Amino acid sequence: MTKTVTRPSLAHRANFWVRDHLIVFYGIAALIYLFAPIVVVAIFSFNKPEGRQNSTWNQFSTDAWTNICRDQNICVSLETSLQIGLASTILATVLGTLISFALVRHRFHGRSSTNLLIFLPMATPEVVMGASLLALFLTIGLPLGPVTIFIAHTMFCISFVVVTVKARLQGMDPRLEEAAQDLYADEKATFRYVTLPLVAPGIAAAALLSFSLSFDDYIITSFNSGTTVTFPMYVWGAAQRGIPAQVNVIGTIMFVGSLAMVLIAQAVGRARQKR
Amino acid sequence: MVAILSQKSSGATTTPTRRGRKITPYLLLLPGMAWLGVFFIIPLFSLVSTSLMQRVGIDEFAPAIQIANYTNAITEYSDKYLISFKYAGIATVLALLIAYPLAYFIAFKSGKWKNFLLVLVVAPFFASFLIRTFAWQTILADDGFINQLIAGFGILPENRILATPIAVVAGITYNFLPFMTLPLYSSLDRIDPRLIEAANDLYAKPFTGFRKVTVPLSMPGVVAGTLLTFIPAAGDYINAQLLGGPNDKMIGYTIQTRFVQMRDYPTAASLSFILLAIILILVMGYVRKAGTEELL
Amino acid sequence: MAEAIERSKVEDLHLVNLTKSFGAFTAVDNLSLTIPAGSFFALLGPSGCGKTTTLRMVAGLDQPTEGQIKLGDKDITTLRPYKRNINTVFQSYALFPHLDIFENVAFGLRRKGVKGKAVDERVNSVLELIELSHLAGRKPGQLSGGQQQRVAVARALVNNPDVLLLDEPLGALDLKLRRQMQIELKRIQSEVGTTFVHVTHDQEEAMTMADTIAVMNQGVIEQMGAPESMYELPQTAFVANFLGQSNLVEGRVSGSEGDNLVVDVPGGQVRVPKNRATDHTGKVVVGVRPEKMWVVASSGQEVENSVRGTVIDVAFTGVSIQYTVESEWGRTISCFEQNLDVEKRVVVGENVKIAFEIDNTFGLDGGEDLEAGIEQIDPDLESDGE
Repeated sequence: MTKTVTRPSLAHRANFWVRDHLIVFYGIAALIYLFAPIVVVAIFSFNKPEGRQNSTWNQFSTDAWTNICRDQNICVSLETSLQIGLASTILATVLGTLISFALVRHRFHGRSSTNLLIFLPMATPEVVMGASLLALFLTIGLPLGPVTIFIAHTMFCISFVVVTVKARLQGMDPRLEEAAQDLYADEKATFRYVTLPLVAPGIAAAALLSFSLSFDDYIITSFNSGTTVTFPMYVWGAAQRGIPAQVNVIGTIMFVGSLAMVLIAQAVGRARQKR
Repeated sequence: MVAILSQKSSGATTTPTRRGRKITPYLLLLPGMAWLGVFFIIPLFSLVSTSLMQRVGIDEFAPAIQIANYTNAITEYSDKYLISFKYAGIATVLALLIAYPLAYFIAFKSGKWKNFLLVLVVAPFFASFLIRTFAWQTILADDGFINQLIAGFGILPENRILATPIAVVAGITYNFLPFMTLPLYSSLDRIDPRLIEAANDLYAKPFTGFRKVTVPLSMPGVVAGTLLTFIPAAGDYINAQLLGGPNDKMIGYTIQTRFVQMRDYPTAASLSFILLAIILILVMGYVRKAGTEELL
Repeated sequence: MAEAIERSKVEDLHLVNLTKSFGAFTAVDNLSLTIPAGSFFALLGPSGCGKTTTLRMVAGLDQPTEGQIKLGDKDITTLRPYKRNINTVFQSYALFPHLDIFENVAFGLRRKGVKGKAVDERVNSVLELIELSHLAGRKPGQLSGGQQQRVAVARALVNNPDVLLLDEPLGALDLKLRRQMQIELKRIQSEVGTTFVHVTHDQEEAMTMADTIAVMNQGVIEQMGAPESMYELPQTAFVANFLGQSNLVEGRVSGSEGDNLVVDVPGGQVRVPKNRATDHTGKVVVGVRPEKMWVVASSGQEVENSVRGTVIDVAFTGVSIQYTVESEWGRTISCFEQNLDVEKRVVVGENVKIAFEIDNTFGLDGGEDLEAGIEQIDPDLESDGE
């Protein structure tokens, strides 16, 4: 006697197929949601707006890309942001890295208070940090400008540097430094040939994170900038008059540039493992 | 480097105990912590002292202890605080609902694409915060595709999306999504899949396994994510400015204008401090209720 | 091959009154030891006995609380690790993940200032010695456990150290690989002639590889000597139980017969040669190893020492049949019979007489703890007494 196998009905199978692939649908929907604004920014960078507002599509043009500095203020503010970003990144990375080494490689009293103090800036609203810094600068009479922006940016970047470098450092086998010393490397040589190369990717990541946080900051900067105009402040100010398409260009470049850097870094990391 | 399940930090068992060594950690800590001390902690004190000052002329203030600044601020702006926390709260919940399946997918079902997907999730935030939000302005514009589509259903109270709380909450949710996604992913990723297998072996249906094993184990990530989303969102005002209407302004904007445009320092400072205090109280209550102390 | 690594002018390693305390806890307690130049020396003991701490002090990675370490006449106690001509093979290998195998092995040479072709020559010849020349360009992460282990040995050896320290280097390897590496290490040591100090908790490993074994327990050396003499004549209960297995029973010396002592034990008497007993009067502990015992076939047979009991377990291991017997000594004893005679199998519940020769019996001090050295499952002991 042959056994008959009942095939599940079409509706049943369709049901299963949808459920299995539900997560894929969701993923695609999520990706569309995440990238929609980016796509819009990129598209409108190729727009030639009719009036001052770049909110409706008029005609295709690469004008914005070829004449980024038509409005001088854009490039001045870009330069300011880059300079401040660079300076605060360097300082924050150095200070934060030193702290990370202390936290991971040494025992000392007050470790939990230190951890708390580092965590606080990451969890405080930017408004409060900006406002309190402004209060300080007013009280001590420090004039607002690039210096105060630099101070503020360094301040809130340190915590992020610590978290990033600390994670990398904790993943490093402490025996490696012992092995180096066992193999005739004194403290300086151990740091140079073993510790530093292994922590370097973490420090680099921290620096990049720091720079993007600084470059993109609006709220804290708006409290402490005085008459100095950083790029985000230019964008905000331009909102009333109409944001030129050049801003879209810069936004697109930032996005593509950062994405490329991260993907390349990942690819390099994978290639290094295999070599 | 592969993340290990146990996050024990590699201690200092390798440092020789010689006299000179004991001060090294303090030397390393000093510059950075000093910077934080001077430019984070002390400003908070400046904030408090500024908030208590009294006006003695146009743009002139004298140190005082004018508590009235606080009481005035609360009575005048309590509605703004409520709006801010309401929007931030709704956005946080929405972000959790959106981010959890996403984080789950990346942690458990993405295989070799894991790192690439993580980059994709974070990538939109490589573009400037302001520019992204302006883009949403364009997308949600009255004559835009989205608005036309949804307005047709007639469910919108004002028949538009922009300049309504809906747009503000949508913007906040979008902008703070990675702050929710990454901690969620981090704690989900740490869950040993064999635990779920064990649950199934012990007669749990898939959804029960999820409910009783995965969700509780991901709680540290949920707590961290909700805090890291809610706190900055409560102080944000850019979304409200760009996407909201005149009634949607959040407390951050009030603080900013009071400080920078109107130079009414004491009021602005007290508003700021009240915001900080409320957030601290909410956070402490929340953390105690959620029962996780391992935020750090 | 060994010409690449010049025979070092090796000297004896002296540990003098070495003590290491961590607060109230003493990991190494007044340890004095001389490790002969050029020998393969094993430091054997359970987790937490202080053997790794001792090793780290010799390497310079930890400082002793008291005592001295001397290489020949030279006091090296306070020298930093990079100033000592001593190299370590770490338990986790500690290969530098960011350097390839060649650079890993070359690391010590380069730090010492060796340059150019000299480095190439020495590294390549030691890579040949461990048969991994074809992997010189790979990174440690791409190698198997056994290969990494060999690289770790090479990285240490290439520097021609006076002493090579090995911290449980074979622990992470599976059984077959471990056996291979044991033979390999022994071969390398005899070719190169460097003093090897090998720390392990595996007594079989120690006995297979070492010229001299020191058994360590709670910071002190219980006994030291060649593997065979240590095994056949343990001097403390710990050594008797830790090195192989022993059956121990408490008794009292009641007389002597020529070269032997007569000891009263529950159920009868046992004879121990005087030169195999640490104590000749009063309370003593008598011991005999399970493989030295056999089940007496017929009751009429003349035997030297014997004990009666009931068989409570029979385990067939292939090479032997292991009987667990509830004996008249008041203790459970083990008897391992070689698998020679299939018919003569005893069953559970049978009453038997177990016999053993006087020359295989040994005597220990009366106060010894009969349970010392028996492997317990102790959840508190994790790391190795740091």
